[in-house]
Amino acid sequence: MQDIYITVDKLNSKACTEAVTYPGAGGIVVFVGTVRDQTKGKAVKHLEFEAYEPMALKEMQKIADHATDKWSLHKMVIHHRTGLVEIQEEAVVIACSSAHRKEAFEACQYAIDTLKETVPIWKKEVFEDGEVWVSAHP
Amino acid sequence: MKIRIVAFGIAKDIIKGKELTMDLDNGNSISAVREQLSSIYPEFSKLSSLRFAVNADYVEDSYELKSGDELVLIPPVSGG
Repeated sequence: MQDIYITVDKLNSKACTEAVTYPGAGGIVVFVGTVRDQTKGKAVKHLEFEAYEPMALKEMQKIADHATDKWSLHKMVIHHRTGLVEIQEEAVVIACSSAHRKEAFEACQYAIDTLKETVPIWKKEVFEDGEVWVSAHP
Repeated sequence: MKIRIVAFGIAKDIIKGKELTMDLDNGNSISAVREQLSSIYPEFSKLSSLRFAVNADYVEDSYELKSGDELVLIPPVSGG
């Protein structure tokens, strides 16, 4: 399995968890971002994700490298889905392992927060009566 | 200089297409491109942010474009 990966296929958080498992791990933290059925009370039909893939992979790799270095992780895996993603499906999976839980928690939090700021991936919410690019406008 | 610009997300909706070729009138810096784009497409000024990438890396407004650079418009990202 590739550690840093973008795909139109369904993600597999269990496989990501297994990929970071190792005998010296004292903790594995996995963040799974899933598609919510509503936003501010308005029903969402599904999401559509678009990525500038070569750059998105590069930025995701930077996050994993920095986190691995800063928190002395054994490993971090980041998978992101693109295309149409249905309610309840996994849109992003970040898994990491370390000798102690604190490092893994912090690294995972850093990774998802940074991904949302720097990785060129865009999310469109599709409603019954229209669609909106998330965060585009203040 | 002519520059090829590739758009993603809402930027695609604003320019009504995946890419465009623009003649740079006021210099080759990113800030010149930003100004020119906003005057042609006022919608860009309404976005929370608009960043630029060249050859898959973010660039600052002072970056001088070279011929052959692929300039990509990065409207506010919203992955995850």
